[in-house]
Amino acid sequence: MAASSRAQVLDLYRVMLRESGKFTSYNYRTYAIRRIREAFRENKNVKDSAQIQILVNKAKRNLEIIQRQDPKFSHFC
Amino acid sequence: MLWRAVWRAATRVPSPSPPRRGLRLRGLDQSPSPSGFSDVAPPMEETVLRPLYMDVQATTPLDPRVLDAMLPYLVNYYGNPHSRTHSYGWESEAAMEHARQQVASLIGADPREIIFTSGATESNNLAIKGVARFYKLRKKHVITTQTEHKCVLDSCRSLEAEGFRVTYLPVQKNGIIDLKELEAAIQPDTSLVSIMTINNEIGVKQPIEDIGRICSSRKVYFHTDAAQAVGKIPLNVNDMKIDLMSISGHKLYGPKGVGAIYIRRRPRVRVEALQSGGGQERGMRSGTVPTPLVVGLGTACEVAQEEMENDHKRISLLAERLIEKIMNNLPDVVMNGDPQQHYPGCINLSFAYVEGESLLMALKDVALSSGSACTSASLEPSYVLRAIGTDEDLAHSSIRFGIGRFTTEEEVDYTAEKCIFHVKRLREMSPLWEMVQDGIDLKTIKWTQH
Repeated sequence: MAASSRAQVLDLYRVMLRESGKFTSYNYRTYAIRRIREAFRENKNVKDSAQIQILVNKAKRNLEIIQRQDPKFSHFC
Repeated sequence: MLWRAVWRAATRVPSPSPPRRGLRLRGLDQSPSPSGFSDVAPPMEETVLRPLYMDVQATTPLDPRVLDAMLPYLVNYYGNPHSRTHSYGWESEAAMEHARQQVASLIGADPREIIFTSGATESNNLAIKGVARFYKLRKKHVITTQTEHKCVLDSCRSLEAEGFRVTYLPVQKNGIIDLKELEAAIQPDTSLVSIMTINNEIGVKQPIEDIGRICSSRKVYFHTDAAQAVGKIPLNVNDMKIDLMSISGHKLYGPKGVGAIYIRRRPRVRVEALQSGGGQERGMRSGTVPTPLVVGLGTACEVAQEEMENDHKRISLLAERLIEKIMNNLPDVVMNGDPQQHYPGCINLSFAYVEGESLLMALKDVALSSGSACTSASLEPSYVLRAIGTDEDLAHSSIRFGIGRFTTEEEVDYTAEKCIFHVKRLREMSPLWEMVQDGIDLKTIKWTQH
């Protein structure tokens, strides 16, 4: 797998923010958006490609978690 | 171009209605249909107004990562972890052991020292009654403090009924125990000292390292109820010389109905089991271990370990913001508990000349409490406030603000503004306040009996 390019990381960032916007709960939504922004900003100067890959994988796992919070279940709230 | 515009609309945080306009809309109404990508119809517009949640000491919402980890064990991997003969049992057991490792690594323990229970209340019962009863032939004395959680105090009371002696150490005005008094209270037949790490009502942090040092030098077991502290401040059972520790799942963004107890193995602490049965959890707590719940607890601990520093920094800033806003705009507000040895996320303020219940009623769109959830049904002022020497009237007018991982700046600002507004309004109506404004000292008044 090719190392994640800048464009791919930015794409991931955009997708994560978009998916986080779908949380129906105010607290979860604001937390997700804030935390994603903070995490990407904090790591923006990482140069080591192995480290970058680890961080990107972690972000992808978190993106899956967000996507699995199915808005259909929000009717229970 | 269209994509960009749509993306921008999607990623803009939907701005909440400004606090000044009154009640905040929450829940279903705030659901943004940002991009039109979702083919799920937006939820029905039931204008369900739900209050802001500022009571994190009572319980915390589930972190989405925790829910995600729990779901497979509620749906497909439903095996009993103690079933040894098939893969349902094996995978469930693997998950349980993984969770055990996650909990242990948060507090610096060995996984074999973690026993899963149904919550911190059961852990406290197990620690206090279990240790005291096991060593009862030669050790008949237990030490605790006056500001402990009800379950600890009640366990000690039941031990007294069995013939043990219990010393309830008083606390100083700032809520912290006096170490010299603790040393003086330890006797040759003391088996256990139980002191909570962070108090759930006033948020004070006890000097755990010092207490641990004293207890280990006097060969007394040290138990701490760390329900409010685990995952929020760094804890290490070896550095702090803790022998037993209670952990609660729903205080660190995990599920309700699960907790854990840490019981030291080196040197071994022996505990008499409270619950008899099939010998699960090393014979100390029989009963099927609820896999989904413990997986939730384990994930909550792991998430807490990652997020601890970040959360602590943020919560400290928000707490300062709240306190500054309130204290700068209102006179006669007292913060209960030591301001330094304090966990920032639990703020207990007493508003003089205002009745606590009426302030809570007035702040109906913010979920707050005065005193702990366990005692909120009674009319008496909290025993913790009484123990730190607060006057009756100030004890009645205390409110506890809780700030957690999911609390936002807007929520804190809104709470502060509403609080200031209502306190001013209630004080205008109060005859006591009028008298104080006229310079009368309330303590010199002789209230006549009619």
